[in-house]
Amino acid sequence: MKVLYPFIAVLALVAVALVGSQISGLQYLLGVALPYLAFAIFLGGFVYRVLQWAKTPVPFRIPTTCGQEKSLSWIKRDPLDCPNNKLEVVGRMFLEVFLFRSLFRNTKAEIGEGPQLSYGSSKYLWLFGILFHYSFLVIVLRHLRLFTEPIPLFVKVIEFGDGILQLGAPTIYQTDLVLLGAVAFLLGRRLIMPQLRYLSLPADYFPLLLIFSIGLSGILMRWVFRVDIVAVKQLTDGIASFSPVLPDGIGPMFFVHVVLVCTLLIYFPFSKLMHMGGVFLSPTRNMSNNNRAVRHINPWNDPNIKPHSYAAYEDEFREFMVEAGLPVEKELPPAEKKEE
Amino acid sequence: MALPKLEELSKSVAKGPSLMTGGIPRHDWLETTPVFKPENFPYPTNPKRLEYLGFPNPRVWSPEDEDWKLPENWKDIILQGFKERIDKFRSFRIFMDCCVRCGACADKCHFFLGTGDPKNMPVLRAELIRSVYRNDFTTAGKLFGKLSGARDLTVDVLKEWAQYAYQCTECRRCSIFCPYGIDTCEITMMMRELLHLVGISINWCMEPVSNSNRTGNHMGLQPHTYYENVQYLAEDIEEITGVKVDVPFNKKGADILFITPSADVFAEPGIYTCMGYLILFHYLGLNYTWSTYASEGGNFGLFTSNEMMKKLNGKMYAEAKRLGVKWILGGECGHMWRVVHQYMDTMNGPADFLEVPVSPITGTRFDNAASTKMVHISEFTADLIKNGKLKLDPSRNAHRIPTFHDSCNPARAMGLLEEPRYILDHVVPKWHEMPENTIREKTFCCGSGTALNTDEIMDLRMRSGLPRANAVKFVQDKFNVNMLSCVCAIDRATLLSLVNYWTPGVEVCGISELVGNALILDGEQKRETGLRFEPLAGMEG
Repeated sequence: MKVLYPFIAVLALVAVALVGSQISGLQYLLGVALPYLAFAIFLGGFVYRVLQWAKTPVPFRIPTTCGQEKSLSWIKRDPLDCPNNKLEVVGRMFLEVFLFRSLFRNTKAEIGEGPQLSYGSSKYLWLFGILFHYSFLVIVLRHLRLFTEPIPLFVKVIEFGDGILQLGAPTIYQTDLVLLGAVAFLLGRRLIMPQLRYLSLPADYFPLLLIFSIGLSGILMRWVFRVDIVAVKQLTDGIASFSPVLPDGIGPMFFVHVVLVCTLLIYFPFSKLMHMGGVFLSPTRNMSNNNRAVRHINPWNDPNIKPHSYAAYEDEFREFMVEAGLPVEKELPPAEKKEE
Repeated sequence: MALPKLEELSKSVAKGPSLMTGGIPRHDWLETTPVFKPENFPYPTNPKRLEYLGFPNPRVWSPEDEDWKLPENWKDIILQGFKERIDKFRSFRIFMDCCVRCGACADKCHFFLGTGDPKNMPVLRAELIRSVYRNDFTTAGKLFGKLSGARDLTVDVLKEWAQYAYQCTECRRCSIFCPYGIDTCEITMMMRELLHLVGISINWCMEPVSNSNRTGNHMGLQPHTYYENVQYLAEDIEEITGVKVDVPFNKKGADILFITPSADVFAEPGIYTCMGYLILFHYLGLNYTWSTYASEGGNFGLFTSNEMMKKLNGKMYAEAKRLGVKWILGGECGHMWRVVHQYMDTMNGPADFLEVPVSPITGTRFDNAASTKMVHISEFTADLIKNGKLKLDPSRNAHRIPTFHDSCNPARAMGLLEEPRYILDHVVPKWHEMPENTIREKTFCCGSGTALNTDEIMDLRMRSGLPRANAVKFVQDKFNVNMLSCVCAIDRATLLSLVNYWTPGVEVCGISELVGNALILDGEQKRETGLRFEPLAGMEG
């Protein structure tokens, strides 16, 4: 059920796009107005969310340490898994953001008779996760060719590299296939693995189905339901230079692609996809484990919280302390001594 | 509560229908209601404790009752508290927003591995509160409701929070596997803080907190009793070694204030660790002092609220200042070191009246503690050994074949991994590591941390401790390991129940016990027993 609603939602979006592509008024709305709106919401929403996190204080320095801390000079420490300064934190964050360091640790636990627990290596999630994200990145960068004139060299290089196998005409980009494969894997594990299936929400299936459809519509309009690429470039250049024109006869599949992409952009800041920004700000990862060497300041530290005072403590237990021979600040009054 | 039958529990864990054994629950997690049984929730706090500590809404209530006697406006209280906390803690807000439910954390939790309960997957534990966050604090939740995984805060939801906030030991193991570093510890802390607002808490947590506040230690030992206990241990040392050791208390002008969890003073096997400290300090001729006022290293405030943690922790610096010491030395404890390492300086610093710790024996300056001015006993001891200052006879520990249990907090909230190992290398003839996925940063919790080491939930504790016990069993079978060493007082108490249950024949000790046993004192008699009065190897019978 949880996968059904998102599936219907994506189908509905496709239907809207197909219908819209046949009606000239709606064409402009979907091909020009919607992208502007989507991009504005994405940018505004993304910035808003990041600012909201950034302005929330970090009261305590709470890195999760995954290696030996800096202590005695002769003890070998682990600067990347237990960073002690900003530079080492940058190193840790690089591994985290670009290589998915934590996910690389993944194991799979099994329980058998005995009971006997075992933990096997499990790198699939890491592998497909990284394939997915990098393919997506390359595809986004390749699309810059649509919005730039002249096309920057790095975009051409990426394009060339991505099509290096020189298969098919037009050339097949590896990332298109890898992206679809990786998303299919990520979707498949949610549907098949009992734990994942139980915890997954419609909000987990929707972005996967959406991205899969985006990839698929992109591939379809390149090889099957071909669109007029010159006209597309004319449109996107127009959008990028804020003088949009909508050429005739682009082809309906283009509108499907655009509507889905715009949906993703609009959905992004309101969803878990914000992990893209959040990963940089996670206090357990982006802080130095130099806690005892450098004091961290909590902006809302309450100076009025004081311990139960020694004076009050001694007042309560003075008699016992004196009797046991423990030193005290104030001796017992003579009268009390008599009562004893 | 009695211990569950070993055979039944073994079968239930490995074969019973659970998400761990491949069964999928029939009901959506958003729609299930919590079930409280006598053995799955600790006793609620005695209202008198809450009154003493100033926590709101104290009352007598029972988790098994339908009516928890919540204050009328409980929902407003919780939601307002929620809002305050997402505005105060970036960690909390980001962890509410960022999870993609990839499931990498799912089978990393010892509670999940031992119970197979889906809501013990860290991701779902967090979703219990995230679902309310989405409902009340996000646009998507308000627009799409259930489709975005949002749900209204109901009494059942609140009960669920209580249930699963007390089936998490804030061990942070899931956090190391999370691609965004989402730390369930932070989430559990917040859930517990919110529950406290409406008077829901457990006695095993609040009683030590209130004792600690009043008498200085968890058990509520009054100064003279505490002092006498340490003296008894000194007498035992004299009997075993023939050497009389000093027990300096509340001594002004000492160089070093020593603070350790009070369990080391009164509970087996912690007392043997304590004897280890006393022997070491005597050997060194250290000018140090114990304190009866700051007689608790542990801080159950960590499991209660950040305010309470600060209040209890404040005693350490206050006492160091009153006694005029130069720096503080801390004993073996897990959560104590989380507080000392990650919170103390921020909360109660700057300790500008103390000096950067320097070992009076080796001259080593502990720059890593330059601001907090508190050094871990393992750091201190490792430095002594490295500088050749300790005369050690490891053969006196030949009857022990230890393994080493990394405690959650020193491992994942401090990075103290090598020091205890280095010490072990020098005080025992041989020791063995447990399997790779169960040690160091991947270590498994004893299963009973964060004030869950209470007897009424034994079934739960034996389950949550299973991953740790299972790894011990592995080295017991393979290397005849008979001693589980650690640097944590809660561990010393809880691992004992755990190994007695799952791996009989294994004992539990602190590293300092092994140090004390190996340390050759000037003028000592020939030792025939260890610190537990157990015969040494070759001295049996």
